[in-house]
Amino acid sequence: MSAWAGIKTIAKRELAAYFDAPIAYVFIVIFLLLAGFFTFTFGSFFERGEASLVSFFSWHPWLYLFLVPAVGMRLWAEERRLGTMELLMTMPIAPWQAIVGKFLASWAFIAIALLLTFPVIITVNWLGNPDNGVIVAGYIGSLFMAGAYLAIASMTSALSRNQVVSFVLAVMICLALVMVGFNPVTSLMSRWASPAFIEAVAAFSVMTHFDGVVKGVLDFKDVVYFASVIGFGLFATGVIIRSQRA
Amino acid sequence: MIEVNNLSKSFGPKQAVNQLSFTVRPGEVLGFLGPNGAGKSTTMRMITGFLPPTSGSVKVCGFDIVAQPIEAKKKFGYLPEAAPSYADMTVLSFLNFSAELRGLSGTAKKNAVRRAVDLTFLDSVLGQDIETLSKGYKHRTCLAQSLIHDPEVLILDEPTDGLDPNQKHEVRQLIKRMGETKTIIFSTHILEEVEAVCARAIIIDRGNIVANGTPAELKASAALAGSVIMTLRAQDSTDADAIRQKISTRPGVLRSEIMVADGNRLILRALPDRGKLQGSLSGPLAEWAISERLGLEDIRVEEGRLDDVFRALTVTDAASQQAKKQEALEAAAAPPPSPPPSTPANEGAQA
Repeated sequence: MSAWAGIKTIAKRELAAYFDAPIAYVFIVIFLLLAGFFTFTFGSFFERGEASLVSFFSWHPWLYLFLVPAVGMRLWAEERRLGTMELLMTMPIAPWQAIVGKFLASWAFIAIALLLTFPVIITVNWLGNPDNGVIVAGYIGSLFMAGAYLAIASMTSALSRNQVVSFVLAVMICLALVMVGFNPVTSLMSRWASPAFIEAVAAFSVMTHFDGVVKGVLDFKDVVYFASVIGFGLFATGVIIRSQRA
Repeated sequence: MIEVNNLSKSFGPKQAVNQLSFTVRPGEVLGFLGPNGAGKSTTMRMITGFLPPTSGSVKVCGFDIVAQPIEAKKKFGYLPEAAPSYADMTVLSFLNFSAELRGLSGTAKKNAVRRAVDLTFLDSVLGQDIETLSKGYKHRTCLAQSLIHDPEVLILDEPTDGLDPNQKHEVRQLIKRMGETKTIIFSTHILEEVEAVCARAIIIDRGNIVANGTPAELKASAALAGSVIMTLRAQDSTDADAIRQKISTRPGVLRSEIMVADGNRLILRALPDRGKLQGSLSGPLAEWAISERLGLEDIRVEEGRLDDVFRALTVTDAASQQAKKQEALEAAAAPPPSPPPSTPANEGAQA
């Protein structure tokens, strides 16, 4: 069996598990409601008077902060709670295949939720003449950011068999990643820290790298950042799973 | 073929499995016995590659489980102790998933699932969610999963746990049937199961092998094995003890005792003197009893019970644990107790 076949089998089961439970539909509804609410009220979509989705995308780092850990918290915690970890780890597939398969399934789930926000594209196109290339770049950037959050949730999910614990841990880590590049926080830090230090820390922030995305610039640097967070999160998941079996 | 070589596992300071070595050949069913916490599950988890051994090696069909895990894992089917499965899946989708992980697809997958379902009698619940099933069905679902790729090697951790007597019988028959061609290792603490199914049994206690042989060999090592039980017609109670003393002086008899002496019959047990005895005790004793006109009604040789062997070999465990507990209590009273670290590694030790 090729490596990809193993990943696909794992991912297929995981994705089916999401949609088997009513929680998936609840999640999607909440996601769409909140995305719309933030865009049209706090984001002042109409008041801006411009045909863009800046007010839509700029809320995503905050929106994902709670919703993505909620999607990712079950990934490994559930396997450990059910004891199916023992089955999975004695099947003829490598652990990394299971890790990647599960990650891809939950990422696909978030992608589906994100795609269901398409009415906002229709709205903005109907009202004005937006640059649809910018919008596509925004969607891709947003998906990458969700992937980064998700890889962290995967890691914390492997840490505990309790889903609530893994959720809280993931929210905390993601919040830290947001905060170190959040303007009010960096300006607060500038009172005592050197600008070089702040800049160095902010380079690790999701905000710093998502800023460009919101403006419609999908920089290669930013994609590399999100991809490395994903890579790190999944690698750490592997290390944690391995250490638990020792 | 399973080859276990000097396999050891320690969880922190606790030695769970200590230098275990044994081999199971194709066509052989090995029963793995031992009290709870003896290291049965830990050993099986190391054989299946779930836990890495602290030292020693395991080979499944020639593939080292640490060096070539994928090849080795293809060769066996595994039923973990708690028979875990995905609660939110149906039986059919769970079995399809297992078959796909085993690299089966299309017609081969369909046939494999069909075969496993037939072997484990799951037909009636195929479309049901696993969480709605009774314990017996859940258990069989996980058993079906281990059989799905018709593996050469089967590793079953308490395969009859939680089943009703009929299901237990079915699973035993299944193991026995499959054992004719496959290599099977299964753990249990039901001793009759070992007699019914196994070609060989290993008893482990605190991580060490304390007995290894066929069920018949193990039984022969029981304290009462080979003793002769004679039933005689009613005697006066004064005579009973005289007869017992006479029996005790017969050649080859170590000692004898009265088991029953009521108005109707007298039942005596004669224990053989294993050092001196050649052959069976029952023949000479029967001839003697008839010549003495004692009214011999029945005579039989005690086979020895596996229970007795098991208890004799592992009972020290309970006793020593009692002593240890006492020690620990006393120790805990003196210095401030430090809570044991609840690292995930310890979970394996407790399970």
